[in-house]
Amino acid sequence: MSSVLALQVGTVARRSVLRTMRQPAMVVPALFFPLLLLSINSGALKSATRLPGFPTDNYLTFALGLAFLQGTMFAAMSAGTNVAQDIETGFFNRLSLTPLRRAALLVGQLSGVLVLGLIQASTFLLVGIVAGAGLQAGVLGVPVIVALSLLTTLGFGSLGAFVALRTGSGEAVQGLFPLMFAALFLSSMSLPRNVIEIDWFRTIATWNPVSYMIEGIRSVLIVGWDGEALALGFLASGGLALISLVLASSALRTRMTRT
Amino acid sequence: MSDRSAAAIQAEGLVRVFKKGPRAVDGIDLRVEPGEVYGFLGPNGAGKSTTVHMLTTLLPPTEGSARVAGFDIVSEGEQVRGAIGAALQEAALDPFLTGREHMRFQSALHALPRDERRRRGDELLERVGLMEAADRKVGGYSGGMKRRLDLALALVHEPRILFLDEPTTGLDPQSRTALWEEVQRLVTDRGVTVFLTTQYLEEADVLASRIGIIDNGQIVAEGTPKSLKAQIGRPSVEAIPSDADDLGRVSDVLERFGEPVPGTPQGATVRLSGEDATLAAVVRALDAEDLQVEHLELHQPSLSDVFLAKTGRSLEGAGGEVEEEPAEAVPA
Repeated sequence: MSSVLALQVGTVARRSVLRTMRQPAMVVPALFFPLLLLSINSGALKSATRLPGFPTDNYLTFALGLAFLQGTMFAAMSAGTNVAQDIETGFFNRLSLTPLRRAALLVGQLSGVLVLGLIQASTFLLVGIVAGAGLQAGVLGVPVIVALSLLTTLGFGSLGAFVALRTGSGEAVQGLFPLMFAALFLSSMSLPRNVIEIDWFRTIATWNPVSYMIEGIRSVLIVGWDGEALALGFLASGGLALISLVLASSALRTRMTRT
Repeated sequence: MSDRSAAAIQAEGLVRVFKKGPRAVDGIDLRVEPGEVYGFLGPNGAGKSTTVHMLTTLLPPTEGSARVAGFDIVSEGEQVRGAIGAALQEAALDPFLTGREHMRFQSALHALPRDERRRRGDELLERVGLMEAADRKVGGYSGGMKRRLDLALALVHEPRILFLDEPTTGLDPQSRTALWEEVQRLVTDRGVTVFLTTQYLEEADVLASRIGIIDNGQIVAEGTPKSLKAQIGRPSVEAIPSDADDLGRVSDVLERFGEPVPGTPQGATVRLSGEDATLAAVVRALDAEDLQVEHLELHQPSLSDVFLAKTGRSLEGAGGEVEEEPAEAVPA
């Protein structure tokens, strides 16, 4: 990376991080709500561990994977909302009038989201383990979970940025949230796919890439080293990241119409 | 390639058509000399901001061409952006960053060396009177402070040409005057060329060495404020009688000195014509007829009169059309 590009990425990323961290309304829910749902689920659904085929007798360990996914969705909202606000306020035009390269703008913005994602992943892991969740893969599993979580954050963050760049509207970005939650609820978030008895639900959960994102993280917590689950998890998150980045880059080219 | 002896800004037949919209800019020709303050005066929706967006490379023209700082706005956009600074209509700032952080952000994007970033940022914050507020978040700034910071940001890379799109809209008179003084200092001290759009007649009169009046996307008049006012002709006199019943007689007296023109309904107004038509002569004539007036005023032609004469409406009542959102634009 050239020094100018590195300076631009660093500058945009620094602003993105500062901006996000100075908005408690953006940071607190992204940390608090996944933990709240984790505590409710691990209490209310612990009898599910008695189902035949359930992979663990500790529902907290099972449910912890969901917290990471919820966190990445909040990060997507953060990325999209920040970009949309820049467009709505005209800040985007200010950026367009500088020598800032498109790639630097996108990478810089997403770097800020990744920092938020890193804080989330570390917090969820720490709180989960302190509360009694297992980590079958041991300490080496930590960077794997963080990496998969950040890749998923990148995917959903780029999706948020794409919607913001395409529409220029904060409301449109907010509209993504229920869709993402629907994707989450139609996945294996509450039960392993082999335990889901309703056929149509199991079919959707099997086709839903979010299932594999959760199962990748969950495998490190419950199984240890499950190559297939990890490969599918990284494939699903990487695929989402790739597609979303391509879409966001294309939308950025259209949005940044400077000659 | 840049030609430094050429005009700072030159446009020929510049047109911008929006999808399902009007010809926002409809064949503009203009030439702004280096070191000049060019005032682009017109109501909302006249095409001022669209013109600025094209000249600053944010929007490609549908037809026509323009060169800014000697560079073509379409094929040499990067060079144009390097030579210009712009404070666009919205003071586009991040409410969560401080003034100083904004300066560092902007100077880093312009790739100023690290030491230079700090020095330049502090110098400009000092210059626009924001040093004391430099470490406060911009969300707490007043409108005037935001505008001054916006101006400072536009100057970070020492541009030769500065575009100011309605820089004082919404500001109180004190903030407005402070900004005018800063713009005048820039022109005097550093020889910066300023392209200023405004809907305020006074602003154009105070700041601009030359004015273009734009209406419905076309320049309808252009010249120095003095020459534009001279086109309107001589001053007018307005008299309001003390007794409303005398209005007819006052009108008759005034019409001896010139043609009636629209004015207040309680009085009579004429544009003076002829060598002997002076305010003193009008006073003597009213006195001779034993007419008492409660108000007598000599109006020198103003830019408001120029606007009225050129467009058929007053600037205050004109406009109302909303300019198209550039992002939705597609060439027609």
